[in-house]
Amino acid sequence: MLKVRALSKRFGGLDAVQAVDLDVEPGEIVSLIGPNGAGKTTVFALISGFLRPDNGQVIFEGSDITGRRPHEICRRGVVRTFQIVQPFANLTVRDNIAVGAHTHIASRTQARKKAEEIANQLGMTVMLDQPAGDLTIAGRKRLELARALATAPKLMLLDEVMAGLNATEVDEIVDLVRNIRASGVTIFIIEHVMQAVMKLSDRTYVLNEGKLIADGEPDRIASDPVVIEAYLGQGAAARIAGGRSNA
Amino acid sequence: MTETGRTLLWATLILALVAMPLAVSSGRWIEFLEFTLFVAVLGQGWNILGGYGGQYSFGHALFFGTGAYLQALLQFKFGFSPWIAMWFALAGGIAVGGAVGFLSFRYGLRGSYFALITLAFAEAFHVLSRSFISITEGGRGVQLALNQDPERALAMFQFNFAGPFLRAYGFYYTILIILLLAYAATWWMERTRFGAQLIAVRENEDAAEALGINAFRVKMGAICMSAGITAFAGIYYTQKFLFIDPGIAYGPSKSIEALVAPIIGGLGTVFGPLIGAIFIHGLGEFAKEMIGLVWADRPGLDLILFGIILILVLGFAPRGLVGISEAIWNRVRYRIRTLRSKTDA
Repeated sequence: MLKVRALSKRFGGLDAVQAVDLDVEPGEIVSLIGPNGAGKTTVFALISGFLRPDNGQVIFEGSDITGRRPHEICRRGVVRTFQIVQPFANLTVRDNIAVGAHTHIASRTQARKKAEEIANQLGMTVMLDQPAGDLTIAGRKRLELARALATAPKLMLLDEVMAGLNATEVDEIVDLVRNIRASGVTIFIIEHVMQAVMKLSDRTYVLNEGKLIADGEPDRIASDPVVIEAYLGQGAAARIAGGRSNA
Repeated sequence: MTETGRTLLWATLILALVAMPLAVSSGRWIEFLEFTLFVAVLGQGWNILGGYGGQYSFGHALFFGTGAYLQALLQFKFGFSPWIAMWFALAGGIAVGGAVGFLSFRYGLRGSYFALITLAFAEAFHVLSRSFISITEGGRGVQLALNQDPERALAMFQFNFAGPFLRAYGFYYTILIILLLAYAATWWMERTRFGAQLIAVRENEDAAEALGINAFRVKMGAICMSAGITAFAGIYYTQKFLFIDPGIAYGPSKSIEALVAPIIGGLGTVFGPLIGAIFIHGLGEFAKEMIGLVWADRPGLDLILFGIILILVLGFAPRGLVGISEAIWNRVRYRIRTLRSKTDA
């Protein structure tokens, strides 16, 4: 469904993303993890058209979408959410979601009705008339999901939709993401909350300093020495292994 | 306030404006109302782009002036009928809006950069209209011939020698019709997908793009609509005064008048510009009288007053007079409800 080939982006002297290859198949939940500053959000920005890659290709359902504008990419069925939530603060939750629905629905009334359905699906019905600016952080994260879902996407790029939430809220979002996948939407997710990554993903890519260092099933990744070192520093994997053998 | 309650309120206001000449016969009052409605039209032009779209222009004189100049020059140089010239003036205003919008939005100029570029364009046209004497008559301005034939008053769109009704109220109803058209267009826009997308772009352009909105196209639509309404104010001005010069057309005062009314009345609301225009001009007239009484004539003091009000509104009531009245109304309704529930208990 999504093929990323040799994707690269430089910011001045920094190679933010270097020759990254990724594949996401229809119906999967694929996660992208990595330490802070690894370039995960940059990868999403490159795929969704917010940044133009210096090199490489993004292919979605067989057609090249490299360097297209975000709104065109959205209309083809790839929608992103933002790590730093970007609500339309002065609009109600209903109108926020309706903006997403307007990608495929022209009528205001129909778009608002669609917004109510989506809000129902995501457990936001009581918030419908609240201004988005008044929502809690958990509410705003949910709104990001709801608005994106309203565009009727084929592939959702979710950028840390669980950051800053407590354990209960994380579990709720995990369920929501599962439900969204069950409704036929493919999910590509950046996440730091490991508990969620392990529960959700079919496959995981690990990015460090702009390069992919590992990929595979989440439990295998979690015990991969290269990954542990990327997170905890050189020699950490050996020390952990050593600690285990001592015990 | 409920939707029906609001509609009723505005319908009353519009009816009052339509019936006004029945109640007010003094020419001075009609002039005052005409001027207020004129500013309310200018303000709505600005409000489409600034209030709904969040693109604050400092150079709406550009569209006003282009409409006014084309309306004057096409009659003066080529003998066009004012009713024909009008469409070219409207198209010209929209074209200039589209050109400025294309340059600014294509290259992603937002916020103060956009304000500066519009200001720069208005000033450029100000200078050009002064220096291209062969086209614009330069600083002398364009004076249209006065039609003294009552028979041709309507054909010439000049009411000075028309019958008693048209002479007294012709331009009042002209600007009222323009106002109703502009406000109906705004009301309609608010209820379409385009309006929702324009507001989304104002609130957060990146999020709007991520949700499939072509922000460039939406902003282009807004600036063209905005420029068109503003150009209409220019067409009215030319017909009313039969005179236009570079200072009136492209000077900063029209740009400022266009933005003060919606900011004070309520940004991004259909009736904000009208409320704002009534408020500042009512207050302006009142202030002029008072200042005249106390210190004799001091031109410019009312402008200082506008400045103070603008600062107060921006600081304490960013949603303008419409926002204040809705907040008060909600509080009153809340009080009534709690009182009722207490008496019920």
